[in-house]
Amino acid sequence: MAEHLLEVEHLKQYFPIRDGFFGSKPLKAVDDVSFTINHGETLGLVGESGCGKTTVGRSILRLYEPTDGVVKFEGEEITDKNIHALRRKMQMVFQDPYSSLNPRMTVEDIIGEPLDVHKLYANKKERREKILHLMDLVGLNAEHATRYAHEFSGGQRQRIGIARALAVDPKFIICDEPVSALDVSIQAQVINMFEDLQEKLGVAYLFIAHDLLVVRHISHNIAVMYLGHMVETASADELMDHPIHPYTESLLSAVPIPDPKIARQKNRIMLEGDVPSPLNMPTGCPFRTRCRYATERCAAEVPELTDRGNGHKVACFVK
Amino acid sequence: MENKSYDPNTNPVKKPLSLQLDPSMFEPATPEEKKQQDVMSESTTFLKDGLRRLRKNKLSMFGIIVLLLILLTITIAPSIVPYGYEEILSVEGKRDKGAKNLKPFEFSKNEQRFIQKGGERFPHIFGTDEQCRDYFIRVIYGTRVSLLVGFFASIIVLIIGLIYGSISGYAGGRTDMIMMRIVDIIYSLPDMLMVILLSVVLPELIQVPKKSFLGRMGPNMISLFIVFGLLYWVGMARLIRGQILSIKENDYILAAKATGASPGRIIRRHIIPNCLSVIIVSTALQIPSAIFTESYLSFIGLGVQAPMPSLGSLANAARGGLQTYPFKLVFPAVMICLIVLSLNLLGDGLRDAFDPKLRR
Repeated sequence: MAEHLLEVEHLKQYFPIRDGFFGSKPLKAVDDVSFTINHGETLGLVGESGCGKTTVGRSILRLYEPTDGVVKFEGEEITDKNIHALRRKMQMVFQDPYSSLNPRMTVEDIIGEPLDVHKLYANKKERREKILHLMDLVGLNAEHATRYAHEFSGGQRQRIGIARALAVDPKFIICDEPVSALDVSIQAQVINMFEDLQEKLGVAYLFIAHDLLVVRHISHNIAVMYLGHMVETASADELMDHPIHPYTESLLSAVPIPDPKIARQKNRIMLEGDVPSPLNMPTGCPFRTRCRYATERCAAEVPELTDRGNGHKVACFVK
Repeated sequence: MENKSYDPNTNPVKKPLSLQLDPSMFEPATPEEKKQQDVMSESTTFLKDGLRRLRKNKLSMFGIIVLLLILLTITIAPSIVPYGYEEILSVEGKRDKGAKNLKPFEFSKNEQRFIQKGGERFPHIFGTDEQCRDYFIRVIYGTRVSLLVGFFASIIVLIIGLIYGSISGYAGGRTDMIMMRIVDIIYSLPDMLMVILLSVVLPELIQVPKKSFLGRMGPNMISLFIVFGLLYWVGMARLIRGQILSIKENDYILAAKATGASPGRIIRRHIIPNCLSVIIVSTALQIPSAIFTESYLSFIGLGVQAPMPSLGSLANAARGGLQTYPFKLVFPAVMICLIVLSLNLLGDGLRDAFDPKLRR
């Protein structure tokens, strides 16, 4: 067995954007991202909107054709040829539970679709038993099976989506902001369910989110992305308690604290300016245009992720 | 900060002046009472849901009833009324020359004599035309022709539009662009002019066996169908392409791809069921427009071939004696209005009932 469940090496995902009538120029949605995920562990992927988190997830599953880079699952490189078989081991949970379920299908058919596609049952009875087991696993009643998605609340819909991902008994699930469309009390339920499932089934997650507290709660490791680059990665507690990269620092200072007394004393690091367009990236370090510590070197070279001890990797020259 | 632990099993003590209700006044619900709260609305399918809403729509129910009545009349009437649509009236084997341009429910002198002698004669409900033919049965046959034309023309439009639109929408990219530019070109042709031109040219080119149904309707009808096949599908193709483009963007399509579903399965299970409502609605709305075109063409003399009547040609023939016999224009005109109006009402009702964009 390979050491890591999933290895992503120098993943690049560019999208051609039409420029004028003939030419096209690349939009660098993900630029040279590498990380690994161990068996049964969770990597939290955070960053602001449009930084390429979702794209990373989709490129791993080959929903987009990656421009460059290697993704290995259990030591085996993912290619177009073996992706169909690998989709039995890797699945995805989507952000919007309202658009990720077909409104014309019953819950039974939605959850049963992966079973149909991979022919994982011998007869109708077995299919139904498997579906009911999955529904039980995510906390849905058996009588929900014949209903349509629009008859459910957001949290229940997300459970249906999770049951669909679990149908093929995967080892790895990409959770693309699975709780950001839900309200806070439902978020907690769904997140606890994710944790229970990990305990029961031993699945690993790539947990994409922008809520840092949620990510800290569920993740073993956290990676921070900015403008398609990975700027910092470490174990969850290490990253939250001792952030090194200036972007992570400001991100953490923006986390709301549920106690106004402490919140008032807190020193917020306000970033100035907007995120640069990924079509028109700054030279050198992508963050330098908004960084307090930027030097001349930052404009000239792109910083690499370097290990600062204990697996805490940071891409920054200054800190 | 107060940090008292809260025990849910003990009632908090009520303060004397507090407006809070005293929890001891309540008793816990029994399991049966709890069960009563579990009432769930009956699960409805998409179709049931839509039909329920359609039934509530009074206007479209009116349209459906009128349409059903018309359909019933045109199927039953020819077997009740003893006259043929091209039959020139005769009494006891002799041609009845006096039965020209009779008013509704009027009998000619020959017929009155025949009835006085004890014979039975079916009334001319809509009167007769100038060639001594029963007008009611002609209007009935005219309605048959108009409805048939409307129905088949819409099916032709639907088939071509569906195939073209779904290929264009699903393929996307360059294929889509080229296919849509072709549609734009066809869209920019003046359709009435094309219909008239083709109606003039095509009959010379096409030979149809005279005995067949199409042969009796005349070569103009075939050219009308061809015109519909050539020109009128573009609207449908655009509509379906747009639907598919928007459905393609949904996350459930991506989810199906992520589970490894094949493109065929995605189209079959996810895309087609989701644009079915739009297809049904626009086909229903296409029928009246086809009937209208047919009536228009028959009116200017490019429609069905005499003696086969259509509502448009009947209206045209009635123009001659408009001052003296206005009822001859009224009957086919009212029939066209009823059909088009009720189909439009039905189509609108279907759209309200099935178009998912109007709810949520």
